[in-house]
Amino acid sequence: MSTLSEFRKDFEIFDSGEYVYFDNAATSQRPKQVMEAVSEFYRTVNANPLRGLYDWSMEATARYEGARKTVADFIGGASTEEIIFTRNTTESLNLVAYSYGMANVQEGDEIVITVMEHHSNMLPWQMVAKKKGAKLVYLEPTMDGTLTKEEYESKITDKTKIVAIGHVSNVFGVTNPVKEITAYAHSKGAVVVIDGAQSTPHMKVDVKDLDCDFFAFSGHKMLAPMGIGVLYGKRAILDKMDPFLTGGEMIEYVTREDATYAELPHKFEAGTVNAGDAVGLAEAIKYLQKVGFEAIEAQELKLTTLLMEGLKKLPYIKVFGSEDPAKHCGIVTFVMDGVHPHDLSSVLNDDKVCVRAGHHCAQPLMQFIGAGSTARASVYFYNTEEEVKIFLEKLSKVREVMGYGA
Amino acid sequence: MELKQLYREIVNEHNLHPVHKKTIENPDLILRGVNPSCGDDITLSLKLDGDIIVDGGYEGSGCAISQASVDMMVDQIVGKKKDEAIKLAGTFMGMIKGEVTDEESIEALDEAAALQDVAHMPARVKCAVLGWKTMQQMLEGGAEVE
Repeated sequence: MSTLSEFRKDFEIFDSGEYVYFDNAATSQRPKQVMEAVSEFYRTVNANPLRGLYDWSMEATARYEGARKTVADFIGGASTEEIIFTRNTTESLNLVAYSYGMANVQEGDEIVITVMEHHSNMLPWQMVAKKKGAKLVYLEPTMDGTLTKEEYESKITDKTKIVAIGHVSNVFGVTNPVKEITAYAHSKGAVVVIDGAQSTPHMKVDVKDLDCDFFAFSGHKMLAPMGIGVLYGKRAILDKMDPFLTGGEMIEYVTREDATYAELPHKFEAGTVNAGDAVGLAEAIKYLQKVGFEAIEAQELKLTTLLMEGLKKLPYIKVFGSEDPAKHCGIVTFVMDGVHPHDLSSVLNDDKVCVRAGHHCAQPLMQFIGAGSTARASVYFYNTEEEVKIFLEKLSKVREVMGYGA
Repeated sequence: MELKQLYREIVNEHNLHPVHKKTIENPDLILRGVNPSCGDDITLSLKLDGDIIVDGGYEGSGCAISQASVDMMVDQIVGKKKDEAIKLAGTFMGMIKGEVTDEESIEALDEAAALQDVAHMPARVKCAVLGWKTMQQMLEGGAEVE
């Protein structure tokens, strides 16, 4: 516990003590070590990586490729050829949709996703399905967010070419049985894409154990800068895929008419790369490992439990998803009777409490649960019990502000 | 005005006890206005006598600011000529965007002028202007009743 409060001191944005930041599912805060690592890269070794034959460029390359190794180890011992740096999860998923999906999905095939997907793991597949004349099949959870075996075994069939599924829902916070779904999808010959944007910051991820074919995540939700993301893909599959973007530093030979492409992973990293932020991501990973996922999960569970217990005492609040705080991954989505989530969020902002309100880039899920819009509080390991108390106290006054008696 | 004060003194009254949230008889113009990103969704109906707006009403749902703003707007435009209403819409949207700041123009908005401080809440601008934007669109050649 005392160590967590020590870690919190690394996050200078909290120094003023003014704000309660409960929108960690949207983006996390960054510790000074991460910002220092990025700054140090630009201050001391900056040059365009992978190109120059001089010291700085070679050192920049070494830092960039070192960051790739850190990422590869972090997600379960992938090889560095299997780690592609992107801008974010959205770009990673689009890479798979355009480069793998468009080449391998044919008319009459099926793509299976869930109604819980973030738009980032939905729209790329809508696009592929539409362009290729394939069918997009939706898995539907129970009302507490559970994807049952019957549901996925009835909808993943021999026609299924791709199964794309979120590891953790950004609305329910529920962890989906991705390992089981992957095994079943493989038995049907489908390729599995996992959106790990909401899981990677909060739990140990092992892509080898999951055995998924692709795994995408963003740095900015796990202490790293905005603008650096990752796509893991199995080498055998990546090898056969065409580049997503073409241009600089992803080539072998270029003539006026043709080009041959660079080896993995550079084939998928056209143009000058975001080396500074890749270094930041590596530092963020080191930081998370120093905190430890056990401590992270324990703190999140403690805060989520307190949060949900507090919300239960407010009769006009309805929480979505499981009643078990352990099944929320720090995410608590709710509505307040008679108060629109945008008003709720604005009133809380007046008290310097930051929560998300809206459809959370999951409109089909909002339709599924029958809410146009919801409010979401999401915690991370650096949040405190004191902050949960402040949040609950301020929240309990919102209805009064909105004209519903005292 | 502080946000909480704005809710307590202006917005809540119109949101919880709207005067014009109703269907009107034989409307001449009906237009739906939506803010897809936040779910504000209104359908505005107006009745005209020549150039004059003689009645107005709306239905729909959304945040308190969007609903109160459209209620106040209908208050303002009933009895006015079409071009006056269009001009008021320009003033209101200018005020919310912080482009119109002179008191004389803003006073013409009467009670709706109370939403001026939304100009300092960029996230809520869309909510405040939804009704006005819809009205402007329909009067500038929007949606006739079939």
